[in-house]
Amino acid sequence: MIAKVHHEAVSPARHFSGFKKMSLALIALPRPVAQSTKRVAATCCCFSTTQAFCEIRNLARMRIVDNSAIGKAAAEIGKPPRVINVYNKKNVGYLGDKVLVTVKGEMRRAYIVGLRQKQKPNVPRMDTNNIVLVDDNGNPLGNRIHVPVPSCLKGKGGDLTKILSLATKFV
Amino acid sequence: MATSIAKVCQSVKNLTRRSDLLYQQACCLCASFSSSSHLSHPKKLQHVINYQRTRAEVARALRRKQNFLHYEQVDKHRKSPLQSGTELVQEEKEDVAPREYRYVMPEFLPNPDFQYRDRVLEKMERRDMLRRRAVIDIPEFYVGSIMAVTVSDPYSPGKTNRFVGICIDRGGQGLQAYFVLRNVVDGLGVEVLYQLYNPTVQGIQVLKLEKRLDDQLYYLRNAPLEHSTFSFDMQPVTLPRDAPVPVNTTKVKLNPKPWEYRWERFNLKGIEPIELTPKMERGIKEHAKPWEDYDLMLKYRQTVNEDEERSIMTEVFKENSHIESQRKSSRTVLRKKK
Repeated sequence: MIAKVHHEAVSPARHFSGFKKMSLALIALPRPVAQSTKRVAATCCCFSTTQAFCEIRNLARMRIVDNSAIGKAAAEIGKPPRVINVYNKKNVGYLGDKVLVTVKGEMRRAYIVGLRQKQKPNVPRMDTNNIVLVDDNGNPLGNRIHVPVPSCLKGKGGDLTKILSLATKFV
Repeated sequence: MATSIAKVCQSVKNLTRRSDLLYQQACCLCASFSSSSHLSHPKKLQHVINYQRTRAEVARALRRKQNFLHYEQVDKHRKSPLQSGTELVQEEKEDVAPREYRYVMPEFLPNPDFQYRDRVLEKMERRDMLRRRAVIDIPEFYVGSIMAVTVSDPYSPGKTNRFVGICIDRGGQGLQAYFVLRNVVDGLGVEVLYQLYNPTVQGIQVLKLEKRLDDQLYYLRNAPLEHSTFSFDMQPVTLPRDAPVPVNTTKVKLNPKPWEYRWERFNLKGIEPIELTPKMERGIKEHAKPWEDYDLMLKYRQTVNEDEERSIMTEVFKENSHIESQRKSSRTVLRKKK
């Protein structure tokens, strides 16, 4: 079932690859991609014809914030990972939720460690949607997180504790 | 007035059976009217101090002039030693809150929209807010001030979490009052919304007191990061006493599009002029509401009634001064104990 979702997720991107020369104004949001807009435009179809997502649903573009090799490689290409499944009943990802993402054509599991959308009081709202990649056993792929992590995740337990041990800074 | 009421009473007396009772009531009314007028009359003759004036003005007015004899001296012969101890002593107190209270503590004002009003709830919330203010120091701050907030955090090693940032928004009424801080940490913009009266907030400190040109600084999200980068170990900047709050007039140059909102439509003063495309101009024209400047009813609905504001702020001012005095006395007690 996951594979099917994956296929559906990627297909619209292929469909739009013909519009490479379209103006960059169509990029929906200043996602992390915006830092390297030129390169993105040259290498892949990174604009979206849909409205900006206010929440993490399928096909939401994320930013990998750990120093895993695959995350770095994806950033090198300029193709952001996309969410293809959220592991909860509502299919909407919130802080600390587990998601399935496509990175360089591979399926990887990840945890959400920062969101752009409005948060509750005392919970930080980040400028980008951040994820940290983990393998199937829940062990993080990288060994360092180079952005601040919300300290409200500390109480959640589970596999998140392994991730939070990599964090250098909490807000 | 009294005579007319008496006439009415007379007619009523003729007409109804229960006239006696009514007549008595009316007479009471008349009596109260006349007595009140008798009471109020001598007060008017007295030297009435206008409490709206500042202390300096009052002092200037009361200062002895060269060709001036104090009324006590003039009326000395009217006073008899037998009357001593009978005159009314008025307590002179400045009870009206200063006008800037509205801007220093805007959260005490109720929601101007009447459908959200609940006077009992507001009163109770005000009491709770003042109680909270007696415990922690909530300083004066504005949008654009740089602040540090300490929040209790059960999972961090020191049990507290401190965040420093520029205040980009402030709002809410009553206990729900909030402000938003923004900072850039490790190259990532972070914003945190804090509630002023949240019991987990342990301390609020203003590191640099200043204002900006706009009411909300959400456009800093689309501005270069250096405009919202502040060091966590920043030393507080002190202003000279009684100095006006400085206004920071820096103009921010926005990043190229895409933006979070269409900033060109917001009539912002704190950003450098945007190069408008024809499409933007069209959008501004379509969404402009020039008639709102002349909509008196809208303005009335969006602001709290001045009398109401004065009564609320007076209450707050009184309570605040009470808290201050209590604090001072407790401080002296502590010093003595040491």
